[in-house]
Amino acid sequence: MMNDAIIWVIIIPLLGSLISISWSRYASLTAIISNLLALAASIVIVNQVYQSGPFIHELGGWQAGLGISLRADALSSVLLLMSMLVVSAATFYASSYFTDAVKRARFWPLWLMLVVALNALLLSGDLFNLYVTLELLSLSAVALTALSDSRAALQAAIRYLSIGLLGSLVFLAGVALVYMGYGTLDLLALSNKIDASPLSQVAFGLLTAGLLIKSALFPLHFWLPSAHASAPAPVSAALSALVVKVAVYILLRLWMDVFDQVLTPLSAMLLGTLGAIAVIWGSWQALQAQRLKLMAAYSTVAQIGYLFIFLPLIVALPEGSLKDAAFTALLLMALTHGFAKSAFFLSAGVIQQYCGHDRIAELAGTARALPLTTFVIALSGVALIGLPPSGSFLGKWYLVSSSFQAGQWWWVVVIAVGSILATAYVFRILGYAFGPRESVGRVLNGGRKEIPALILALFATLILGFGSAGLWDFVSQHRYFPGS
Amino acid sequence: MDFFDHLPLLILLSSLIPGLVIFLLREESHGLRTSLNLFGAVTKLALVGLMIWGVYHEWVSDMRWQITPDLELVLHADALSVVFVTLSTVLWLVTTIYAIGYLEHSPHRSRFFGFFSLCVTATVGLALAGNLFTFIIFYELLTLATYPLVAHKGSAEAVRGARIYLTYTLGGGVLLLIGAIWLHTIAGPIDFQERGVLSGLTQLDPWTLRWIFLFMIIGLGVKAALFPLHGWLPQAMVAPAPVSALLHAVAVVKAGAFGIIRVVYDVFGVEYADALGLLPFLGAIAAFTIVYGSVKALSQDHLKRRLAYSTISQVSYIALGAAILGPLATIGGIVHLVHQGVMKITLFFAAGNYAETLGVHHVSEMDGVGRRMPATTLAFSIAALGMIGIPPIAGFISKWYLGMGALQAGAGYWVIPVLIASSLLNAAYFLPILYRAWFKPAAEKWPKEKPQSGRWEMSGALMWPPVITAAVALLFGLFAAAPFSPLEWATLITAREYSR
Repeated sequence: MMNDAIIWVIIIPLLGSLISISWSRYASLTAIISNLLALAASIVIVNQVYQSGPFIHELGGWQAGLGISLRADALSSVLLLMSMLVVSAATFYASSYFTDAVKRARFWPLWLMLVVALNALLLSGDLFNLYVTLELLSLSAVALTALSDSRAALQAAIRYLSIGLLGSLVFLAGVALVYMGYGTLDLLALSNKIDASPLSQVAFGLLTAGLLIKSALFPLHFWLPSAHASAPAPVSAALSALVVKVAVYILLRLWMDVFDQVLTPLSAMLLGTLGAIAVIWGSWQALQAQRLKLMAAYSTVAQIGYLFIFLPLIVALPEGSLKDAAFTALLLMALTHGFAKSAFFLSAGVIQQYCGHDRIAELAGTARALPLTTFVIALSGVALIGLPPSGSFLGKWYLVSSSFQAGQWWWVVVIAVGSILATAYVFRILGYAFGPRESVGRVLNGGRKEIPALILALFATLILGFGSAGLWDFVSQHRYFPGS
Repeated sequence: MDFFDHLPLLILLSSLIPGLVIFLLREESHGLRTSLNLFGAVTKLALVGLMIWGVYHEWVSDMRWQITPDLELVLHADALSVVFVTLSTVLWLVTTIYAIGYLEHSPHRSRFFGFFSLCVTATVGLALAGNLFTFIIFYELLTLATYPLVAHKGSAEAVRGARIYLTYTLGGGVLLLIGAIWLHTIAGPIDFQERGVLSGLTQLDPWTLRWIFLFMIIGLGVKAALFPLHGWLPQAMVAPAPVSALLHAVAVVKAGAFGIIRVVYDVFGVEYADALGLLPFLGAIAAFTIVYGSVKALSQDHLKRRLAYSTISQVSYIALGAAILGPLATIGGIVHLVHQGVMKITLFFAAGNYAETLGVHHVSEMDGVGRRMPATTLAFSIAALGMIGIPPIAGFISKWYLGMGALQAGAGYWVIPVLIASSLLNAAYFLPILYRAWFKPAAEKWPKEKPQSGRWEMSGALMWPPVITAAVALLFGLFAAAPFSPLEWATLITAREYSR
């Protein structure tokens, strides 16, 4: 039973999804229980990797190539744990978010399907399953976005759908080319086979292009702000914190583990440059944004940019502790952003429901009316800026030190400007929120909504800021399969 | 000594925990809040007393917490940290009493005292930081904790002042951070060490080190209000009086000055910094700031603004002391860290009292204020005379040692004129205030007088703090040679920084 945790983490939400369609009265209870069980399973998986290293599970005993293989290593198991924590918190939140019974009945099956897609994607061991899960993820994400039935949300959802399909098609073309050239889609097998040939280069380009659309790297980010800003709050949290990030995960997986013979420093530099532009542009747009959720969405564009700046550095650094440190720092940045941005979106949802709007300029008095939520906004803001004590402070520390070590000091300027802009957009909100108004609220107003966000924000700051020492050893020891 | 190892952490927790609890208190629970505040402050004082005793006997107190494979959080008590910790702890206790009196009926007291405690926690944390990484963490936390205090009144002016403060300090923070990371990549983790870490690593490129020094000094210079990075300080005057007092005497400005001392002595090593040619550069900026601040102070009619420019000038004495090679100047710089704190906090308490009791905000309204509020004005006068450098008040000791140090280092030809010019300017902007306060007849009516009640000129919680700190400033000067006086302690530090 314990050894099959890697299956349960996918099966449980799937069952939950089916149950919530059939008995919609118990849908939120089902969702809470199945997410908590899946969270437990993800902890077991991390522990398995920690105890005995990366492992592969072949479904039904069929060998790779015939059946479906699931795999877990340091990168995927840690991301899985982070997603399950975010999803569980968002589930508690969502259980008191929807007031409309019809919407609630539509929300839960889709939400659990999103969880299935996320977990299956992170644990997939071959390219085809990555494609299928990516598609499933996009479709459930689009459907969830369309749940808030405003005209803007529907337009955003349609745009999200079409651009997502385009990305999937490009990715699928890459998958087909790989299969044509190498006769297998298993990632482990491919990592030993792939060599620098015209075919592998074209396939690599197509796969990367598909993933850049999905991960909303500048200038392919245009679909993201409207979709993330108009979705219901718990959905926005999952979209920004997880859905975008798993696309980056696949990209990393392919770049670092599979196509490492094909990629050139120049291509890494290109993505790094786009990332740098994303940092500046996204932060600047976040500063201009008039609405809280739109600001958070643009901030995601910027934060994804940071992850891409790591690529040219990781490629340039010599094998060994410096490269490992840069890779772990990337992961830490991704984890921190996952927790911080989901906490931010959940809090933005609380504010939106309390005030009836999320216009930044009219937030005066929020600090007095919703002290805990304002505190969470500030805490996750600290993590978005990269101030201590937060995981992203450490991430940025290593980003800067890797830039010096790789002799690419120009990224330091980008990071400095990006951080100052982030300070400006976070404190702009706080400045308005501390503005005077009469109403005085209690510390805690809605426990089921405010406490999950607080826990996520604490993960982003104190826990990852002070307690992530183990992550570094974990990643450097269990990143690769023995022998690969 | 297991307990002694944990002492720095306990000192931090003694203000952190009351602070966090206070956030959760209701506005009306005045008694509980006050007792928590005082309990934290007194506990901290007792723990610091233990620490002084331990450090004097050279017990080592060192706590480490692994953050990443090559970054550690280190809390460490050495002679220099003890100076700053003691200063913050004593003045926190006094300022807490003052703030309780000052904010008696104003809104958001829980929020205020919560951030107030966090602010002191951050200050003490950066005093106890054992390496550059830990120092930076608390340095940034200090910025975050003081921002809401500056913005506390919530008026458009306060929010604007706070925004300017934040822009300056976080901008400086970024530069400090870049300098520190750069240093880490070439020299490994930097644990503060007497006589410097870098002086032992001779293979490093001198020009890289000079650039790093520049980055770090700019980053620290923002908080220390070195010219031309001082622009935020006069703007931050919109904060309530206890906050201004804390900002100028202990927390923010001093954090910058303390950081400069750390970087010069315990990162580079003062002799190595001199060999790199960095000290004259720092000295020139400090000297210019000293004169510039005093000149600007002359023309300010707003009392708090005049005091703010005076701070800009006075804090640079500390940087000046660090920039002159030689034990006497070092003593002068370090001892001024304490002396300036005690004197400046007195001045701000007094300014707050004038504003609170009589509505007097400007120097031109201060005619005859001495007769109406003798205790406050007496405290103000002692501190002002100390700032000018009149013996036997503490300020005289600082200037004496700085001057002697300059002569010893052969820098007398430019330092002595700066000291004389600055003292004359100090006299020129403080003495007219004293003259107005004591000798001019009072105006018919004060701008906004509160009805007098009770025996004293005002409530005791507001009157006693400046009287006490003024007395301390006087005692520090009179008994400068007594054991455990700031001067003796600075001498002890200096002996450890220079001896081989």
